[in-house]
Parts: sequence; C-alpha cells; structure tokens
Amino acid sequence: MPYTSELNELIKRVEATRPGRVEAKRRGEEFPLLTLKEREERLKKYHPDFKKGSRTEIRVGVNKGYSISPEIVHLLEAKSRVNPDVIDLNKIAYKTDILILGGGGAGTAAALTAQENGVKALIATKLRHGDANTMMAEGGIQGATKGTKDSPYYHYLDVLGGGHFKNVPELAYTLVTEAPKVLAWLENLGCMLTKLPEGQLKSLHGGGTCRKRMHYAADITGAEIMRTLRDEARNRAEDIKVLEFSPAVELILNEHGHCAGAVLYNLETEEYFIVKAKAVIMATGGSGRLHIQGFMTTNHYGATGDGLVMGYRAGVKLCFLHTVQYHPTGAVFPEQAEGLLITEKFRGAGANVLNIDGEQFVNEREPRDVESASFIRECDEVGKGILTPTGKLGIWLDSPMIDILMGEGAVKREFPGKFILFKRFGIDISKDPMLVYPTLHYQNGGLEYNSLCETSVPGFFAAGEVSGGVHGENRLMGNSLLDVTVFGRIAGVSASLYTKDKAKEGKLNLDHVRRYHKELEEAGIITDRVAPMLLPDYSNPKVRERQLTAHYVGTIR
Amino acid sequence: MEVEANKKEELVPIFIMGKRYEVPASLTIQKAMEYAGYQLIRGCGCRGGICGACGTVYRFPGSYKIEVGLACQTVVQPDMYLTQIPFFPATKSIYDIEKVKPAIETLVKNYPELLRCLQCNTCTKSCPMDIEVMDYIAAGMRGDITRLAELSFDCVMCGLCTSRCPAEICQYNIAILGRRLYGKYVAPRAEHLASMVREVEKGKYEQMLRQLMDTDEETLKNLYSAREIEPEQGDEYWTPKDKTYL
Repeated sequence: MPYTSELNELIKRVEATRPGRVEAKRRGEEFPLLTLKEREERLKKYHPDFKKGSRTEIRVGVNKGYSISPEIVHLLEAKSRVNPDVIDLNKIAYKTDILILGGGGAGTAAALTAQENGVKALIATKLRHGDANTMMAEGGIQGATKGTKDSPYYHYLDVLGGGHFKNVPELAYTLVTEAPKVLAWLENLGCMLTKLPEGQLKSLHGGGTCRKRMHYAADITGAEIMRTLRDEARNRAEDIKVLEFSPAVELILNEHGHCAGAVLYNLETEEYFIVKAKAVIMATGGSGRLHIQGFMTTNHYGATGDGLVMGYRAGVKLCFLHTVQYHPTGAVFPEQAEGLLITEKFRGAGANVLNIDGEQFVNEREPRDVESASFIRECDEVGKGILTPTGKLGIWLDSPMIDILMGEGAVKREFPGKFILFKRFGIDISKDPMLVYPTLHYQNGGLEYNSLCETSVPGFFAAGEVSGGVHGENRLMGNSLLDVTVFGRIAGVSASLYTKDKAKEGKLNLDHVRRYHKELEEAGIITDRVAPMLLPDYSNPKVRERQLTAHYVGTIR
Repeated sequence: MEVEANKKEELVPIFIMGKRYEVPASLTIQKAMEYAGYQLIRGCGCRGGICGACGTVYRFPGSYKIEVGLACQTVVQPDMYLTQIPFFPATKSIYDIEKVKPAIETLVKNYPELLRCLQCNTCTKSCPMDIEVMDYIAAGMRGDITRLAELSFDCVMCGLCTSRCPAEICQYNIAILGRRLYGKYVAPRAEHLASMVREVEKGKYEQMLRQLMDTDEETLKNLYSAREIEPEQGDEYWTPKDKTYL
C-alpha cells in the first residue's frame, strides 16, 4: 500500500527541512548526544521497562522474588507439557555426544566447533535449521578490527556503556577479544562480508559506538552468516545431525545431577521422544513472540522463550531479564510490514529521525533503549508523532538522505532487501522516508552462565540470546550476531571437553520437574498453563470457538 | 494478536489449496491463512521476508500464468488460488571448503546438472525475490564466480526455482557454493583483520582490558563519557588523537 494523500502531504514537511539537515550533516553537525544522567532520566520516564505493571515477582524456583516481565513469569509459573510419571526414559530414540537445542547461529556455531573437537553433535530445532533470529539480524556484527583507530578496549567501553555498566566483565571481555577472531573465521568460511576494493571490511557506526566497527553483509548480515554456517554444518553431516520440527520441552538430568539429554516433541506426528547425550547446549534464542506489553515484534515465529523455562526448571538462575530491548525502528506502515525490523544501519548511514514537522529531536546514535524512549516521548508526550491510517503513531526515518549523502543509488545498493520489500508495497525508500516506532526486539537477559558457557548444572551449557550477562541491561547493535558466534563456538568447545573427561553415565530422571510441580503447588499456583509455549497462537479465535472437538495444550492443538 | 482484522474491512475470497475462504483484503497470505483458522507449523518462519520458509504459488481464474511470492510478504488478491511449498527435495553436495578451487570445475564436479540448463528462464520467473536466477546459473556455466555470487546474493533459499526447473537443477545450493567460493577465494582478504587477530593473540590488549574490568563504576563512567567519537561523516583513514589504547 503506497502512502496515503495525508501522509504524502506530511512528507512535504520532511522534504522542506531536508536540504538544511543534509548540509548540517556534511558539516559534521549533529543533534547533541545525551549525557549519562540525561539518558537515565529519559529511560525512567519513557522506557516501557519502567512502566507500571511492567514487572512482576517470580513466586517459585531459584529466582523467587526476582521481578521480570509478567509474560515470562506466566511461563515460569506453568507446568511441564509432559507428565514425568507417564514418560518412559528407558526408551531412547537417539543417542549423541552433544545435544544442541536450537538450530540458529549459536547452535550451529557450537555444532561446528564440537565437530572440530571430535565429537558427534545432534541439533534439535523447532522449525527448520536456520529458522532463527540470527537469520533476521540485518545491520551487522561488531568487532574492533581496525588497529589504526579502534581496539577491544574501546569496544569493551561501548559494550559497558550500552549495558548501563552492569554487564558481567568476564563475559564482555570474552565478547570483545574474540570478536576479531570470529570475523576472521567467518571470512575464512566464505561469508560475503561487504568490503572495499582493497579488501578492508567496510564499517559503520551503530548506536552507542565510539568507533565505526559495525561490519556487515549488505543489509542481510544475519542471513549471510546463518546460511554460511548452515551450509558448513551440512558439509559435515557425518558428525552433525539435525532434527527439524522437533523442539525440546524438558531437560533430562541423571542420578548425579548432570544434564544428560532432553525430551523432544515432534510437531508433526505429535510424539514425545527421548534423546540421551553426554552434554546439552541450550541455544533456543529469545522471546519476542511473547509480545511483552502488547508490543509488535521483529522476532522469529519460534521465539517463545522455551530455553528460559527448561533451564529454570533444572535449577539454572535467570539474570538481566528485568530489561527488555525495544528496537527503535520497527516499521508501522504499511500495515503488512508492521513490526518489521528496519535496521539501525539506516541511521548509521546518515538518515535522520524526525517528528511530524520534519524536525530532529534526538541524536540517531543513542543506545537502543534511549533512542526508543525518545521516540515514545516524542509521540506520547510531545505529541509530534505521525498518525498512520490504522491509528498507530510513528516517527519518520529519512532514508532519502542516504542517496544524497552517499550518492544516487546508495539506498538500493546498501539496503537491497528493504528496498525491494518497500517497492513491492509501492514505496520508494530512496525517495520517501519510512514510518517507524519501537518494536520488541531482544531478550537482554536469560540463563546465567560463565565465559566458558557453563551453567550451574554440570553438563548443561548455554549460548546466545537465551543466556544473560554479556550485554548487561541493554545490548548494542551488532553485538548479537557477535554474541551467537563467539559464545556458540565456545559452547561447542567446552561441551566437547566436558564429554571427554567430566561426563558421568547415570540413570536418567525428571525429578527436577516433579520438584518444580510440587513447588508450584506449595506456592498456591493452581494453573492449567503449560510451558514451554513452542509456538505463538495467531489462529483466528472465532474459528477456535467453532473447533468443538479440538483439544489444546497451551497454544498447540 | 497478529490477526487484527478490522471488522468494517472489506472481505475478499481466496482459495487455499482450492478451498474458498473470505479474508480481509489488507492481510498478507500468511495472516490470511491464520485468519482462516490455520495454525502454521510448516511454511512459516521469520515472518519478515528473509528466511524462505513460506514460498507460495498461486494463479487467478482465466489466467495461465503461475505467480509466486513469499506468504509473509504478499498481500491477498481476490480469487487467487494458492498453495504453499514449504519443502521441496533438493540436492546438496558435500564439499570441503578448504580444498576446493574457485573455478568452474568445482561447480560442475559438485553439481554436474548445472550444465543441463535449458535457458528457459522459468527459475527467474519463479523467484519471489526478483533474482535473475537464470543469469547466475549462466554465470556459473561460464565459471564467473564473482557474477554468480553477486547476482544470487539476495537469495532466501526458498526453493521455488528448484521446484520448477525442467533440468532438475538445485539453483540455490549452487548459488551458496558460488558465494562461499567468492567470499573465501575471490574477494580480497581483509589484512587489517588478520593483523588485529595476531595482536589479540599476542595479548596486546590484555593488560588494559584487565584494568578496565577491575575499575569501579564511577571511573568507567568517566572514561566512557570522555571517549573520542569518530565523526560519522569521517573517512576510512580517520585516526583518534589519543592512541594510548590502540
């Protein structure tokens, strides 16, 4: 759907201020950045995390009393999908050295390093191999690679500043020092990172970076990384097996308290089955499909926070889940594109963000939480948002500036994916700006782990978005693709070493699930909710009312 | 939550695998299927046009033409009759990326059927991403790895080309082989990256990082606020004034 005549009228105001803004940009004049104190005030007043009712206490488990999003608490205060007394743990469907739960960037990277360390890996994934948030990350991957102006020292400072200085230092250290190695690994695997003619990696700023260290593969960086890693895993099919449409629903421990497998569910034949392993890596990703506070999301269909639930029941602590990341620029027009990620790279390449009068109101490169809070303020309090035909408010992202600053054709060349997409809707984003609003984007926190990806349960490792600590209270752009590749690779190595000298054979059990059920009961939580959710429910509720013989367990029939 | 059909909105008939449903005119095929009552398992992935899970083919009554689209990106049109093709069997050659050459021999050895191309252009017409598929296959047949990689870059590997190819070529797997050959062997190497890896491995930044890790929050905040910011419009060769921590 092209812009309506009302919106076209408003675009004229953007066009009126554009020449002046382009000139200012060329002179190096920018909208002033907020100080740390101003950032804090803005977050407290306008960020969704601080809204009343945005957090509620968990009443059971190792984090009893910790306040996080009620949508996640609902899943934690729910029963297992399987009755531990019914399932037969002696009937083992698959045996492997390492079971990897999740076939996204972290899981696949882990499988590759596990294979290099001489062990067999089995990836179990909910949808297809590669169906994950990794695939959807657009903007880039950070890494201090240009020694003449940058170093891991500055990357570290940026990571901590973005995370409100709450990050776990050892994890942040690992992230920034492994970054150049991971980029070299990707280059060596044949990942088509965008380069200058002499071979230097092109790099841009991201929100909260002090040096241009965001490397990319056009505007589909995550897809390029994911399809390369997946292709490489398929080349090693002898040692890396993949079970698609088979999400995990519960971890299995053994008599020594070590993690020793998982209960999987075949989404198509609706059977539960057992995988026995010497070690398990949790790499199930994030939780955008929980639609926290009703926000639209950029996340993948399968991002329902399953790993948090399974890990928590097994006794692993959660951390940094009290903050949720909203990406400032999700599309709000046209309706078909709602929630769709508009990469931060547009701002890195020079596009201003503007209110209804075509005025700037915030620097484009604040950390994501601050940028989002500023958009919400401009719409809700200042009242200068732009009303869409469906009654939503948005902010202009002035993409045509990029063609003016970088030369005609730059938008099409640098952002081919978005250019084609909007063209299909009848909008030329090299000529007209886009309408955007914050959208639920990233699970900042998750399972507690260390820089070797170990958790408190022996034999149980975590990597990627399901884990928490490296990004503190707010992740910077370009650090999630880095996170999944850095910690995915480490998890594969750590789990391999574990299988060789620490794993202990023992009788399998689901006692932790029984204990958890008992704890729910003792806390007075009587519920028929089940978790993990596995898939969101988007089917038509009116149709459901007529499904008179259907039996739903959670969201799934 | 995703299905927010406006009650006043006009409904249009579509035929999902031949069966008629009335759905709001503004929905994508994916949301229209959910509106009709489907809970998707196959044929739904990122919901954002990049994962290739929801390749869909459709026709209109009275037209011979086969149309294609990603269900999550294509808005319904009255009377379209459609089916998703969530999976199509494909050949995937196993190769060792360390031991192959960026040359036509590699492509032909791994995918001999490449040379069966009839140049019918059905693949290009079947691509929901508007990629010139036949042209990249032609580039492959000439051994032009660079062109193959560039032309296929936006491929989401949905498999629609493969489902319709009369020569039984699996175009998208040839394309990723081409892109990896390009990325690894043809594109010039990033020397600055290799030298940074050497410095990190030698431990050049170890002491300064350990110092930062032990620093109290106040000092960290001061260091953070005092960072010298690279100008956004600065060029590749900008250098900071303070080089102590480089």
